[in-house]
Amino acid sequence: MDVLYFAWVRERIGHPKDRIETEAATVNELVAELRAREDRYAAAFADLSALRVAVDQELTDFDAPLAGAREVAFFPPMTGG
Amino acid sequence: MRVVVQEAPFDFGAEAEAFASGRSDLGAVVTFTGVVRDTGDAARDRMEIEHYPGMTEKALAKIAEEARTRWSLGDVLVIHRYGALTPGEKIMMVATAARHRKDAFEAAEYLMDYLKSRAPFWKKEFSGTDTQWVAARDEDEDALKRW
Repeated sequence: MDVLYFAWVRERIGHPKDRIETEAATVNELVAELRAREDRYAAAFADLSALRVAVDQELTDFDAPLAGAREVAFFPPMTGG
Repeated sequence: MRVVVQEAPFDFGAEAEAFASGRSDLGAVVTFTGVVRDTGDAARDRMEIEHYPGMTEKALAKIAEEARTRWSLGDVLVIHRYGALTPGEKIMMVATAARHRKDAFEAAEYLMDYLKSRAPFWKKEFSGTDTQWVAARDEDEDALKRW
């Protein structure tokens, strides 16, 4: 599975993408695995209310299932327009 | 319907002129253009817009499709840039065409409200040696509730 990071989440983690093998059933379980990796991941995922998540390029919630997902992206609230 | 995500500047005049041209059934065309603003106090040297290639195009198309289901529209155009921009440069534009102006105005406002908070763009400001990510505003999220 590809895990992508954008904006300050990318900066805090230090790279734009991880390719990982995971058994995580939900986004929340994936976040728990990422937090456990290193301090910079724990810092990036410290406050989930400041983050949004997309699974296979569709916005969703942190309790969304990951069955069959190929790409998960984490980023701050969007500022388009 | 046309959705464009590009780094290069766009020609607003040419786009506005070409949009819905030859469609004499459409009596109303509304365009909105977003311009990089100079902040009041500190001079903003430039802005960089990051986006999520792939999702950006999908999200914009979804927002435009939703506008077409809610209002009677003859055509919709969305252009949004990414990359480095300086104050005064055009960031994005939307255009809507309808038989009557109410549909065109409302749909354009809807497009703007949604692409502010639901299209995966992130703005970073550069002022001298300071850099900061632009924070999403509560008002922008609240603006979605009226639809």
